[in-house]
Amino acid sequence: MPTNILMPALSPTMTEGNLAKWLKAEGDAVEAGDVIAEIETDKATMEVEAVDEGTLGKILISEGTEGVKVNEVIAVLLEDGETANDVIPTEAAASSAVEESQTAKDPSTSLGVAGEAEQPAGAHVEDRDILYHQGVIIEPPPFDEASFTDMYEATVREALRDAMAEEMRKDERVYLMGEEVAEYQGAYKCSQGMLEEFGAERVIDTPITEHGFAGIAVGSAMNGLKPIVEFMTWNFGMQAIDHIINSAAKTLYMAGGQLGCPIVFRGPNGAASRVGAQHSQCYASWYAHVPGLKVVSPWSAADAKGLMKAAIRDPNPVVFLENEMLYGEKYDNVPSSEDFVIPIGRAKIERSGADVTIVAFSIMVGKALKAAEELAEQGIDAEVINLRTIRPLDRHTILESIKKTNRIVVAEEGWPFAGIGAEIAALIGEHAFDYLDAPLARVCSKDVPLPYAANLEAMALPQAEHIVEAAKKVCYK
Amino acid sequence: MRERIVASAKKKTSKNIKGKAADSKSVSNSNPEPGIEVLKKYYRDMLLIRRFEEKAGQLYGMGLIGGFCHLYIGQEAVVTGITAAQDNTKDTVVTSYRDHAHMLACDMDPKGIMAELTGREGGYSRGKGGSMHMFSKEKRFFGGHGIVGAGTAIGAGLGFAHKYTKDGGVAVAYMGDGASNQGQVAECYNMAALWDLPVLFVIENNQYGMGTSVKRSSAGTLYRRGEGYGIPGEQIDGMDVFEVEVAARQALDYIRSGNGPYILEVLTYRYRGHSMSDPAKYRTKEEVASFKEERDPITAVKDMLQEKGVEEAALKEIDKEIKQIVKEAAEFAQESPEPDRKELWTDILVSEEA
Ligand SMILES: Cc1ncc(C[n+]2csc(CCOP(=O)(O)OP(=O)(O)O)c2C)c(N)n1
Ligand SMILES: [Mg+2]
Repeated sequence: MPTNILMPALSPTMTEGNLAKWLKAEGDAVEAGDVIAEIETDKATMEVEAVDEGTLGKILISEGTEGVKVNEVIAVLLEDGETANDVIPTEAAASSAVEESQTAKDPSTSLGVAGEAEQPAGAHVEDRDILYHQGVIIEPPPFDEASFTDMYEATVREALRDAMAEEMRKDERVYLMGEEVAEYQGAYKCSQGMLEEFGAERVIDTPITEHGFAGIAVGSAMNGLKPIVEFMTWNFGMQAIDHIINSAAKTLYMAGGQLGCPIVFRGPNGAASRVGAQHSQCYASWYAHVPGLKVVSPWSAADAKGLMKAAIRDPNPVVFLENEMLYGEKYDNVPSSEDFVIPIGRAKIERSGADVTIVAFSIMVGKALKAAEELAEQGIDAEVINLRTIRPLDRHTILESIKKTNRIVVAEEGWPFAGIGAEIAALIGEHAFDYLDAPLARVCSKDVPLPYAANLEAMALPQAEHIVEAAKKVCYK
Repeated sequence: MRERIVASAKKKTSKNIKGKAADSKSVSNSNPEPGIEVLKKYYRDMLLIRRFEEKAGQLYGMGLIGGFCHLYIGQEAVVTGITAAQDNTKDTVVTSYRDHAHMLACDMDPKGIMAELTGREGGYSRGKGGSMHMFSKEKRFFGGHGIVGAGTAIGAGLGFAHKYTKDGGVAVAYMGDGASNQGQVAECYNMAALWDLPVLFVIENNQYGMGTSVKRSSAGTLYRRGEGYGIPGEQIDGMDVFEVEVAARQALDYIRSGNGPYILEVLTYRYRGHSMSDPAKYRTKEEVASFKEERDPITAVKDMLQEKGVEEAALKEIDKEIKQIVKEAAEFAQESPEPDRKELWTDILVSEEA
């Protein structure tokens, strides 16, 4: 039986890549371990090794082909006595899990509606921060997003990089620090090209000492600099949580306003794919709990760019929660203006609807939009709110939406207990109780450490279908 | 590969500063004797700390100061000697919760410090920080940190900013013997050495972290903890203010010349409990008495002044002046009103919107 050689995945989140080069030709004998081809993604390059011995019978994907799906057959290995004629072309053996995540992440599902939904006008409010901390419902800051019409195409990863680079060009005090950010160009390639542009004094590789370098960054911020600290993932940021909360968030208050800490802590948050419990956790509610911090979590590339610029310019410590699964998502609607700075504290209505409000942030926005389409087919018109900022939460936009739809589902990847959904439930209980036609529903990760096994992992994470179910439930359908 | 010159003092073995006053005098021998004016300044600065702390202790006893209150009595020579060696136009300072003396040494106003201890509007943080959390941007004092070990990383970060902006400053980061065992301290030694950060790490080894003696908490020798990173270290007698200043001056010169960080382990002793509520059962009365009677840093300077012929009356004059300053600080701290109720909501974030 001829053996199929499949397009390998370089990482759990890779769905496709380019076949850069064949190092063996049809008819060549290969030993197990021989390098037969090179493949690449926007993040990395890898050699493909033969796992068996035999003869390279047929090359099915030619050199230079882009966008080859993971698990697609790229060549066929023949045993002794077999000929290329024995080869029966097989369909790509992509697993259903991969297919599902691809559709879930396809941004085109949302692009059509994104620009259409009407956004709240917002208002300039005196003493906004004070009122916010007092729990007063205030309109979000105004922002005319529709006025940015000059767009370019970028992935979320590139958008983050562009935002950092633009701000670093503008302000000498801004620097980037973290593990693998400089020479390696970022563990997830979010700082591609930055070392080359800004040099080793401003793009700094650190040792693997999160607690220490977070403290150093905080000290440097107190002494006049504006650091961007990358945590390889937020799971490792736990080592530094003391400095984020005790040193960065509280100093301004404890210093009676004399001394602040303008700093951005950023990195991927939440579950990636099949990396197990220690590498898969959403920290949104952890940091959103803390007065003195701002917490931001982008979904699209435009979110990533506009919010990162806002975070860097903000004179306060900002926790910036990205998502590894979204880094490679490409969008054609990233505003190119240097002034595209999304105000922190302002949500975006991604889709307007009349029947039920779905509140989501980060990766759950894509799933919410997918759910909304499915709901539309079933006759339910859902409104999808992309929070963008977790703290200060745009309570106003959420409440206005509920007053219209009278039903709400909150979707988040974190655990349910004391999560963002719980907070929004409290908000609604306090301010919109009389508007509700059904109790709020939460769609969260199951209340378990994230399991590794593919089937269990899929069960544990919140999916579009769970949002659909929840929305139908609150609509009594 | 970079070769570092490691200060020769590093090879000294651990000193025993207990009791024997003779010890300390011998160290200063190689350095020119301080003149009367220098000694008077030491005397004045150390006395201010002592009297201030005694007053804080009293106010605490009267219920005017709440929470934790960590006094520096006995350790005065450390911060006095080191500050005397600093470039006080640009160097930055950070320490732990035992911070009143560091602020006084940084020339912060005793009234503002005492009023912060009493939690009043006139305090450096308008009553929102307290004894352990006070700052002065103007005097380049960066706290005041309640988390053991945190100040060391922040200090390395202050140094990072000095290097980044090339402003010529050095960060002086104080920590306790207990703090020196924190993981982030080791992390920061590594990064400070790796990046040649201008940081003077000062370990105030007062021989106890709360109730745990150094012997029970710390392996090896604290000033040598930087050795593997190539950071020179030195152990000095912290009951001898002149020795402290001389060592700090050398260390700061070394750092300011671009050589990277330096560790000074300063052997000292706190006379009072860890905080006001500490019964100090973990050490003997005799041990405390031996330091007070034989090694007191203020008495030592006073003796030197008298040996040089300074009249008792001249010293009394200084005592009086200090007493007055502390009295006024205490009065201010009691008269200053509690912070306005609207202070509760301010300074959580730097607000940009008008
Ligand atoms: C991370 C942390 N752990 C524990 C404490 C409680 N604590 C406060 S002071 C202290 C002892 C520190 O001793 P040392 O560093 O020698 O300083 P000293 O009090 O002697 O000046 C401890 C354990 C704390 N504040 N922070
Ligand atoms: Mg101690």
